Amino acid sequence: MHITTPQFPANAKAALADKELQQALDKLRAGFTERRRVAVERLPEFDALCDQARIIKDHVLANLDLYLERFEAKVIETGGQVHWCADAAEARQTVLDLCRAAGARCVTKSKSMIAEEIALNDHLEAHGITPIETDLGEYIIQLAGEPPSHIIAPAVHKTKESVADLFAEHHAQYGYTKRHDDAAALLEEARQVLRAKYFEADVGITGANFLVAENGAIVTVTNEGNAELTQILPDTHIVIASLEKVVPTLEDATTILRVLARSATGQEFSSYTTFSAGGRRPGDLDGPRNFHVVLLDNGRSAMLGTEFQDMLRCIRCGACLNHCPIYGAVGGHAYGWVYSGPMGAVLTPQLIGLEAAGHLPNASTFCGRCEAVCPMAIPLPAMMRRWREREFESHLQPAPSRLGLRLWSWFARHPAAYRGLIRAASRVLRLMGGRSRRIGWLPGAAGWTAGRDLPAPEGRSFHALWAERGP
Amino acid sequence: MTDQAQTTSPRVGLFVTCLADLFRPSVAFAAVRLLEDAGCRVEAPLNQTCCGQPAYNSGDRAAARAIAVQVMDVFEGFDYVVAPSGSCAGMLRRHFPALFTDDPALARRAGDFAGRCWELVSFLHDVRGVRRVAAGFDGVVAYHDACAGLRELDIADQPRALLSSVAGLSLVEVAQSEVCCGFGGLFSVKYPDISVRMVSDKTAAIAATGADTLLGGDLGCLMNIAGRLSRTRSPIRVRHVAEVLADMADSPAIGEGED
Repeated sequence: MHITTPQFPANAKAALADKELQQALDKLRAGFTERRRVAVERLPEFDALCDQARIIKDHVLANLDLYLERFEAKVIETGGQVHWCADAAEARQTVLDLCRAAGARCVTKSKSMIAEEIALNDHLEAHGITPIETDLGEYIIQLAGEPPSHIIAPAVHKTKESVADLFAEHHAQYGYTKRHDDAAALLEEARQVLRAKYFEADVGITGANFLVAENGAIVTVTNEGNAELTQILPDTHIVIASLEKVVPTLEDATTILRVLARSATGQEFSSYTTFSAGGRRPGDLDGPRNFHVVLLDNGRSAMLGTEFQDMLRCIRCGACLNHCPIYGAVGGHAYGWVYSGPMGAVLTPQLIGLEAAGHLPNASTFCGRCEAVCPMAIPLPAMMRRWREREFESHLQPAPSRLGLRLWSWFARHPAAYRGLIRAASRVLRLMGGRSRRIGWLPGAAGWTAGRDLPAPEGRSFHALWAERGP
Repeated sequence: MTDQAQTTSPRVGLFVTCLADLFRPSVAFAAVRLLEDAGCRVEAPLNQTCCGQPAYNSGDRAAARAIAVQVMDVFEGFDYVVAPSGSCAGMLRRHFPALFTDDPALARRAGDFAGRCWELVSFLHDVRGVRRVAAGFDGVVAYHDACAGLRELDIADQPRALLSSVAGLSLVEVAQSEVCCGFGGLFSVKYPDISVRMVSDKTAAIAATGADTLLGGDLGCLMNIAGRLSRTRSPIRVRHVAEVLADMADSPAIGEGED
């Protein structure tokens, strides 16, 4: 997918002017945050569960090799195969090879952020294989030719009307010629179209919310049941997952599940939670004959032992996006790549490089709401600050900002000069404020004064006045 | 003051904050009055500058460390260091120790220093046990929760408790009060479009309360909100909470002109 992260400010400006997007974001901000609040209030042990979940993940990260190898051994025991892939290119080629080996022309997919990360759909299409997204949101944005704008609600930026337009345009070929305005009718139409695709597909590709080391099971969580149909109907099931998804036991998976849905959608549990281990066994009535797990690293093992390791605890609940005022203002597409919101601001520089993604960790007020709602207690603001430090150390910031910062730091470390500066500035700015005591335009701070005034100072600095107060 | 009072009243170093020093000395003078009324001996060391957040949040860790050491030197020997800002107090209290994780001696010093640093209103309420203030203010007031104060220092109930003791003042709540106003220091200049959108949401929520005055504990947020209110010609006035608590709210509000 085309990366527009370096153009974040322009993307943001466009997003702020996009009426349809702003309508959708208004709903998201009100809906998700309120539902999470209610769900958390109803579970007195929520914080204790979060602590437990965090401890499980920290333990896994400290023993990642052990659990991944145990997981692989169990997958092999159940007749499946694990494919270790170092980067995105290797992972998408592996999936393509597996699809070709299965003679696939059409594959169904349930929602997977890893598939987005490795740009799987483009790769399959370029090689003559048609991927069909089965998650309703993913299906909608696939029709629209857009990337997801939210890690758990990919089409959250779309209104019902634009979905109706998309369906009218794309479903005519299946004989659906009436444009529906009502959500239930739209849903029914998508259901009918997708139902046929499930039976047509030669391969089903799913993500995984967990990989369970003790029995080689994968766990998928959906609200539509589409991951289940995707994995049991075709002959081949391919799971794509990043390596930090592994947990030691089923018990561990269920502990984390208790905080996942509550943090994500405010549900106590998602509608469908499926545990599946391996392919069809002798005597089974259904299920895939071939079972593959494509395990993606893509820079994650390099985060182990660094100040970014805690990010690997992330369970992709999306609570940080839902509570982020920046995400809430501009939506996910402005971030310019796959991951958005605070988790995207920390993860994206690691995955596509700080030079391309430098804006993301800077576009934060450090309001701390993300960290406050993160069920895995990931110190997101502190990690964004670490990226800013890396940026500073590598001289990646624009020259005027660096110069301004150096000047300011010099004054801050020379109190007498600093006092002189503040005395002068308070007088000059007071004069600029005039009778209105408002400064409508200030060179060097045009960003501030474009949309608000700068209140003028009272006139003399505190220290100047304090010196006159006397003992 | 008697000798007895001298020995029992704590010696407080006022961390003026760069914004109060430059833009609104009234806030610092209000803080002095409140602290003295609460039985403290207050000094405002001349050689203080800034808490270092601009450097810290811009990635210049070395400068932030140097400034932190300077702050600790300047405020050496005080029983408490009190700032009329949750953001600066959060820097001193929560972030100074984090700056020195690789230097055990400085980390110990920063940890000890952090334990003595407080935001003004929470210091009055939680440390000095102030429950009432001798102040009057005629108006409908909304209180703005600044992010650092709210989430780093748990400041929410203390200002509301003290405001409820102000004669004539009625307090209303702003919807979504825990959402950021969009200031964020340099963020407001670097990402003005997003920042203005955030502050516009905030001013709309404030206006919806019917309040005639907005109070808060952080000049950064207050200047952002006041600047947006004045640009949109709103009649809502903005002040630091200390001005009202100290009964010193007679000067023009933030950005309030003579016209």
